[in-house]
Amino acid sequence: MSNNDNNLLHGKAVVSGVGQSQVGRGIGRSGIDLTAEACLRAIADAGLTPDDIDGLATYPGGNFVGGFSGASSVEIHDVLGLKTKWHLGTGETGGQLGPIMDACIAVASGRVEHVLCFRSVWEYSAQQGLSRASTYANVTRADRFREWTSPYGAPSASTWIALYAQRYMHEFGLTREQLAQIALTCRANAVLNPNAVYRAPMSMDDYLNARMISEPLCLFDCDVPCDGAVAVIISRKEATAGLPRHGVTVEAIGASLLQRHTWDQRIDLTTMAAHDCTQEMWKQTSLKPADVDIMELYDGFSYLTLQWIEAFGFCEHGEAGRFVEGGERIALTGQLPLNTQGGQLSGGRLHGLGFLHEACVQMWREGGDRQVAKDVEVAAVGAGGGPVAGCMLVSLRA
Amino acid sequence: MSEQLYVPPELRVLPDPSMESKAFWTGGAEGQLLIYRCRACTQFFHPPAPVCFRCRSTNVGPEAVSGRATVATYSINRHPWYPSFPPPYIVAIVEIDEQPDVRLTTNIVGCSMEAIHVGMQVEVLFEHCDDVWIPLFKPSDPYAAIESASTSNETSPA
Repeated sequence: MSNNDNNLLHGKAVVSGVGQSQVGRGIGRSGIDLTAEACLRAIADAGLTPDDIDGLATYPGGNFVGGFSGASSVEIHDVLGLKTKWHLGTGETGGQLGPIMDACIAVASGRVEHVLCFRSVWEYSAQQGLSRASTYANVTRADRFREWTSPYGAPSASTWIALYAQRYMHEFGLTREQLAQIALTCRANAVLNPNAVYRAPMSMDDYLNARMISEPLCLFDCDVPCDGAVAVIISRKEATAGLPRHGVTVEAIGASLLQRHTWDQRIDLTTMAAHDCTQEMWKQTSLKPADVDIMELYDGFSYLTLQWIEAFGFCEHGEAGRFVEGGERIALTGQLPLNTQGGQLSGGRLHGLGFLHEACVQMWREGGDRQVAKDVEVAAVGAGGGPVAGCMLVSLRA
Repeated sequence: MSEQLYVPPELRVLPDPSMESKAFWTGGAEGQLLIYRCRACTQFFHPPAPVCFRCRSTNVGPEAVSGRATVATYSINRHPWYPSFPPPYIVAIVEIDEQPDVRLTTNIVGCSMEAIHVGMQVEVLFEHCDDVWIPLFKPSDPYAAIESASTSNETSPA
């Protein structure tokens, strides 16, 4: 742990267990069923019982169309019969990892000891195999932030992110072949992951010949809606004595939003809120980008992963395309493996928390065929896109 | 050469204007693109809001701008999100001439898919649907609308 004056958590927050439900398309189970499965697995993985859980946190909470939330915090509180001192379900925070960061603060402050954190999606079933935007197709009037995009035939984040990607290509010469390395790397890792949704090998030709969705993004640049849930237990370090796991320490967290929460007014269209929150995160730790062993970075759309790579400081601004070119550096056997479970592009759109889950799996060396051979002591985890972003640095250091 | 023909979609999802955005969506009735401006710091901003996010003055309101803008970025949309709005069509972010950090997400119409490029000069037009006038943009130079981007003058990054 860091002696840095800006340190927020002082090593007091650890991941003590993780769990994932069955994940897939058309598996015929309810969101609450899958979420309960992931939660009970995580609790058992930590060596705890549901009665040990005194905090509960999830993104984004309930009441969303299109299966964006498979279960709310209070639904899971009820079905698992929990007794908590603190619970939270919100989407208005530093991305999908926001509630997990709040759970870290809650345990570090001594408010609670073991927080059950989950992210649940039921998008495949709710959308009947179509897209999230399809759930808005019957809307005839758009308000709030959709007022500015839906009238222009742009109801999907694929368009909003394509606009950023096009500008980055214009300014820095990013090519489709470079961008392809995100999808190809994820697929190569998913081939080795029995829980991934898409496991057939993918070639550069497959990628370049895929149907365009929102130019310059093609089908394989967009993640795949699925049903499933991920849970992690965030514990107060002092409360983990005697538990089976060597807890993964949360070194630093970042949720800064230094510009307006919009998709089109950011001053520099070649950066995102990811750049804001990583700045805050690095100030809390003595660790440097060169200390990071693996990258578990959000790929709801492939271009977002390039943004996270440069936001974390693994390369200079504008260099992300050249950094991933050829794919060797970010492969499982490379210097800085990326999205070792297959990401969301091939592993399934578990929406953010899957990256923290996989970082812990790799640190505990339980990745099976996809386990990174080298020691994994520090992992970078980032989730979100556009004005939505949150990041964490986790390690095996005591 | 003639201007690219623009055929409006059968149906757009229309905005449900707020008290602040009503001017933006109805200014087209008078042929005006109305953008919120702060009378204290004189800066424009978008989307419209009751407070200037820069200086926090509440002395703000809609003001007509020239309607001339530059394409900051674009995406050729190929996926049929709406049955009544068939692809391909161009979604773009444009920067208004008066103040380039004020951007509008919009459609570029009357422009071929080959001709659209970052840096293209465009001007507003309005599509009247029910009680709103949707601001759209078209190339200022009708020749640029059909000339492929690779043969036009290279534009430098802003």
